[in-house]
Order: sequence, then structure tokens, then C-alpha cells
Amino acid sequence: MSSEPARDALAGLKVLDFCWVVAGPMATRYLAVHGAAVVRIESRHRPDVMRGANPYRDGVPHPERSGYYAWHNTDKYNFSLNMRHSRAREVVHRLVRWADVVTENFTPGTMEEWALGFDDLRKIKQEIIMVSASMLGRGGPHAAQPGFGIVLTSLAGLTHVTGAPGRLPITPFGAYTDFIVPKFIVAATLAAVDHRNRTGRGVYLDFSQLEAVLHFVTPTLLDYAVNGRVKEREGNRHPAAAPHGVYPCRAEDSWCAIACFTEGEWAALCDVLKRPEWARDPRFARLVARKAHEEALDAALAERTREWPARDLMVALQGAGVPAGVVADSRDLFEDPQLQHRGHFTVVDHPELGPHAVDTPEFHLSRTPFRIRWSAPLLGQHTEHVCREILGMSEAEYLELAAAGVLE
Amino acid sequence: MKDGHAEQSSADLLLGPYRVLDLTDERGLLCGRILGDLGADVWQVEPPGGSSARRQGPFHRDQASPERSLFWWAYAQNKRGITLDLETSAGQELLRRLVGGAHFLIESSDSGYLARLGLGYDDLRAISPALVMVSITAFGQDGPYVRYKDGELVGMSLGGMVYLNGDPDLPPVQIGVPQFYQHGSAAGAAGAMIAHHARQATGEGQHVDVSCQQAVVRSIGNAPASWDLEKAIFKRMGPYRAMSATTFMRTTWQCKDGFVNFQLSGGRAALPSIHALVAWMEESGMGDPAIHQVDWASLRYGNLTKEMMAVVEPPIQRFLLTRTKDELTRGALERRIFLFPVNSARDILETDHLHARNYFQQVEHPELGQSVTYPGGFVMTDRGRLAIRRRAPAIGEHNVEIYCGELGLTHAELAALKDAHVI
Repeated sequence: MSSEPARDALAGLKVLDFCWVVAGPMATRYLAVHGAAVVRIESRHRPDVMRGANPYRDGVPHPERSGYYAWHNTDKYNFSLNMRHSRAREVVHRLVRWADVVTENFTPGTMEEWALGFDDLRKIKQEIIMVSASMLGRGGPHAAQPGFGIVLTSLAGLTHVTGAPGRLPITPFGAYTDFIVPKFIVAATLAAVDHRNRTGRGVYLDFSQLEAVLHFVTPTLLDYAVNGRVKEREGNRHPAAAPHGVYPCRAEDSWCAIACFTEGEWAALCDVLKRPEWARDPRFARLVARKAHEEALDAALAERTREWPARDLMVALQGAGVPAGVVADSRDLFEDPQLQHRGHFTVVDHPELGPHAVDTPEFHLSRTPFRIRWSAPLLGQHTEHVCREILGMSEAEYLELAAAGVLE
Repeated sequence: MKDGHAEQSSADLLLGPYRVLDLTDERGLLCGRILGDLGADVWQVEPPGGSSARRQGPFHRDQASPERSLFWWAYAQNKRGITLDLETSAGQELLRRLVGGAHFLIESSDSGYLARLGLGYDDLRAISPALVMVSITAFGQDGPYVRYKDGELVGMSLGGMVYLNGDPDLPPVQIGVPQFYQHGSAAGAAGAMIAHHARQATGEGQHVDVSCQQAVVRSIGNAPASWDLEKAIFKRMGPYRAMSATTFMRTTWQCKDGFVNFQLSGGRAALPSIHALVAWMEESGMGDPAIHQVDWASLRYGNLTKEMMAVVEPPIQRFLLTRTKDELTRGALERRIFLFPVNSARDILETDHLHARNYFQQVEHPELGQSVTYPGGFVMTDRGRLAIRRRAPAIGEHNVEIYCGELGLTHAELAALKDAHVI
């Protein structure tokens, strides 16, 4: 093995990025932190809506201080371009000729209106790869419907199954599907790059975010297709485990998840909670009985778990071989020893936000690890750099485009 | 093939030249399936008797047998299946031979298990320096939780997702369909392809170490950043959503015959949607001046306060209760309102948009004499949708095809391995 530091995994890969909001920017951030050059196009006339999204440094709204934007855009170049200007196209065409991949997640029709659809792009560069990730894909009666991940969780069946029986369904937190789709986008995009490298042919990947997300619920769809069964809300219950739930702990609104799938785990739980008699109680002795008396079981457990700090209970139960986990709130995540061990959160310094946390990829590559090199860019922060260093413009040419209002 | 799912030649498949050895169980199946969907030749390796993933329900006609697991059907499609007992020395030797011809190896066993069998990354790298090995585990290959017992509820809890969901008067609640390992598995496919790209440049493989817990922490939106920047801790709020320490949005609502998702949040992007709904209410004689007490035009995304919500919510709820899910969905489409049905599995299978796009694919199950409707390929390319090229394999279905046809064992050698319970 060479002792040279390995180059970044995606060194040399060039991405022209029109993505906005979350799903697209998260996808291109995976590429950026692994060494791809990602040039994000943004416009002062239509900046990313996430610049107006909570949280902000000190809670004060400001387009350069959104933590949500900052989280998903580290390590990208930001190029501000007035897409309404008649000469924007010539700049974009030069960037297309530079790029391997063009990414976007607008509602279908937006790129086409700018004459930047796949058919347009391949005329500019025959072997270009284009990746679109609209909510519902191109084609079909609802294709033009705009929307965010928060509603996609409902379309994808995730909301219907979440919550307590008899209550309103619960929309999983966050724009949940936005965090599923990027993994599919990254895998497929790099497969397309590999294919182009071997064949010289460009590829268009036109994602319907809904159609990708449905692969996270496929067994429930097959259950309806072959058995006619519609999965409903069941809280935290599991048909083959009891206890299976989250139980209150000592601090206010603190909880520990416990899931016993075997009689051995149940017996160990009784020992840790100093209630060995439960293991002999006919209501609780076997799984079938526990399922039949699950409310009484949960109530009895809660009486004991309330005496424990959640983390102490998890450590004690895990030490005894019982599956258990703190129901972590955001502060718990920053204090979680495993996440700290993995370096999940790291701090970057941002010109407006100051030092702040960002997350890091959930996979570690042994030879070419990711690198967080710079914080999310200010709007237009790299416009001159991209013009001069990437597009090779002369200073006069750059200044002329800026003065004409093409660059912002 | 049916439903316009074109037969693709292997040259069209994006990952056609590549072979994947997939050792995963229920904790990692989706990773190899994504690579298989993209065209790789995925060899699913199971212990003799079948993968533990085959014990995951639901089951075809509720028959809990290894060949009837719908979980297996869902996540082992586009793979060929072989059996191999890795705990025998002959099985380990066979795996080393298989590794010699593989570009990727994916596994989801407890950290350290394969190394104890002499099949850890360092062992396999010695056989094939170009190998990309992906390990999918709950918490990663090392660290204080490495020996912890995991699972859906425990994992989603430690990933921060459970705390954020549920009714305030009840305990926090998990997402109702297993998600924990799917996050790590899909991330594993992304990591595999990043490592593959590096290998194509340098010829060197590497080990990709995936943490499902981290993948879940990355799926809880702005909650971590809100603690970092504003020291805000978001709590479960039923159908509401905290956007900051003082602002909220509402997502799910009851309608006449079910539930809809209407995002009441403010923000420039949502403004036309609010205006369109208000216009619809007014046309229906259900307008209410209270709604105009909020200055929607200058309200930023997610900045609706509790006081504003209390004013605008009742008239909107009154209107939604007069319409069915279907009426609201159709009206929202015409009027470009951010309102969507809260779909059940049945609703999804009946979604006209998905049928119009030929999303679903009928897959033959000759062993049952029937075909089954599956969700189709996860992306469209300029040459058509990715296809389900083969249903999930039966136990050892491709043993002869792969061990004899690809690896060059004789039928006698195969029979001997079978007698020794290696395959």
C-alpha cells in the first residue's frame, strides 16, 4: 500500500447543481464531502427557500444564518446567477460543458422552461448525465403538483401507519422522505457515471421521489396486494414481542425503549428491574400471556422504569442482554457516546453563523474518507472563483458579466 | 414483459458488468437490491435452510414459511440465490473463491463475526485488493454500543426519531413500518458506489462501514441544528409540528371520510396554496375573515405562532370536514393547493398517477401459479424504468447455476458439498 494520502473518492467529478430545499442538496452534499466539485446555482431573485427556514443563529431570521440551509450545503461552491437575464444561458452552457452531472429537483417543467431539459443539455454536451428528482416524476396526471417531503410521507403510506389507534395519524418528523431519496440518488448517479465512463453515453435519471420512497414500505404494499390487508396504526406494539414500547424514566418526558423478543430477554428484564416474580406471574410468564395482558404489563413496567434515569436503564438492560435504547432528544444525540465515537457531529466556522455543528455521512470509507472542508456558502460566495478558476474567464470578462447583471 | 416494462439487455444496465456477493440478512437486504435494480449481478448468499430474513412477516396468505415472506420477496428481488455455511471451513474456502470474482461484498453481521471466521475485511482484501466491502450494522464497526442489542424500536429511539413523533398525552411513537435498517441499507448502496468510483480511478477497494443509527439521525430534519443554534428541543405534538421554539405548523387533518395532509405553515412557496384554499372556501360559502388576520404574504416558512394557529384552524377544519379525501385531493390538484391524501396501502395501490406512469409491475411467481403486483423500479432512465428482472430466489435456487456454471464446480463436487451440509 502506498503511504501517500489517498485522494478524495470523487476527486475530479464535476456537478452542476440546481437543487434546492433538502432532498437534492443532501444528495449533492454526499458527493461534495467525498471530493466532487459541486457548483450550486442560486439566484438572488429566487434564493433557496431553506435560507428562510429555522433554526437561525440566536433565533434571528437572516438569509445567511439558516442552520437548515447550512446543514445540507457544506463543501459546495455557490454561484449566483440571474436566470432571468438573457445572457444567463451562455454562462450556464459553459458550466454544462464543464460538468459531468447536472442535478435539479424542481417541479417538472422548470428546467424545460429554461431550455435546460435533458434533450437541451445533451445538445450542449452529448455525454451529459442529468438527474431530476421531482416529487412525482415527469408524466402522469399529477406531475405538476408541487409539494415538499412533509406531504410525501402521507402519499407514501408512512403517515397512515404512524400513531396510536383511534387518533389522528402522525406525520413522521422532518420532511422525512427528503432524507430517504438522496441515498437512491447518490447510488444511481454514480452508476450512471460509471456507465458513461464505459460507454460514452449520457444518461437521464428522472426520479419520482414518491416512487423511490415506496421501497421503504414495500412489504406493506405486498401485504395488501396478496392478502388484501391494510396496515393500520398500532402505536409501538409488535405482534411477536412484549414488552415492546417506550417506558417513562425519571426526568420529565424522558423515555427508554425496551423490546423483548425472547423469554430470556424478558427474564433478564425482570431481574434488572428487581421484579423476578413477574417472570413467574401467569399474566406475564409467556409471550402469549404478555400479549393478552399488554396494558397491565406496560403499566407495571412503567412503575419501575420511572425510578431510573433513561441512560442508566439502557446501560443496565443492555448489560443484561435486553434490547433497550434511550429515546433520544436532540441534546441526547449530541451527548450520545456512540455518535461521539463516530464523530457524527462536527463543527465548521461560517462567516455569519460562526462556529456551528453539521452532521457527517453515516458511512465511513476506510481509504478515502469524507472531508468537511468548508461551511455552507454565502449566496454568490464563489461566483468569481468559479468564473475565473473553473470556467477560465479573464478578469475583464468576469467583470463585464457582473456589471451587466448576469452574475449577481 | 407486462405493463410496458421493457426487457433490458445487459448492455443497457447501468451496473451490468459488476458482481455483488450479498451476505446480508434482514438488516441489509435493500443495499444489494438497489445495486441489483441498477443492473449488477447480485448473488444472495444464505445459510443452508435459508436466511433469517425469510422469517420476517408479513407472509403470503399468512403462511409463515421461508418461501412466503413478503419481506424477503420485497428485498431479495433482482438477486440470484445460493446457500453456503460460512461456519464450516469448506464454506469459508468457497466464499474466498467467490470473493475472487466479486466487485462488491455486502454484509450485515455483528461486528467482528466475519473476522472470527477468517473472512474479515483484512482477510478478503488479501484475496482481492479491489474489493469494495460494505458492512451495515446498527451502530458501526466499533464504539461503546458495538455489542448492544438493536432492532427497529431501539434503533429508531437512539437515532432521535421516536422522541419527535406522537401525541403529547401518550408516549412517543415509532414510524409504523420498519425503517431503521432500510436507512442503513440504502446508505450502504450510496457508500458502495462512492467507493466504486474511487476504485475505478485507482484500482484499490476499501471497507465501507455504515451506521444505521447515524443514518436515522440524518433523517430528523432540523432538530439537531435547532439544539445547536437555538437550544430548542422539539417535542411530539400530534398533528402539529414545532418549527422553532415558538412556531408551529399543522400537517394532518380529519376530513369527511378519512385524513388529509394539508401543510399550514406560511412561507413564500406555500402562499399560493393558502390563497387557493381560502378562495375555495369562499366559493363554497365557508369563507371566514379570521383567516385574513394572519399576514400570509410576509410570513416566513414555518413561522406560524400558536396564536395565529388558534385563529385560522377552526374555519379550515370546518371546511375540510365537508369534503371527502377524494374530493379534496382532486380539488387540490386543480387549484394547486398543498393538500394530499393520507394514503393507506390500498390507496397507494389504487393511485391513478402511479398507474398512469406504469409504476407497478406484475411479477410472475410460477411456484405459486400467480403473478403479484410489486412497486416498480425506483427511477426512470431515458431508456425506461428500472425493471424487476427476477423475483426473489427460493432457497438455493441458483446453486447449480452459480457453483457449477459460474464457479466451475462439477456436479459431483456440488453433491459432496451438499452432503457435508456446506450448501
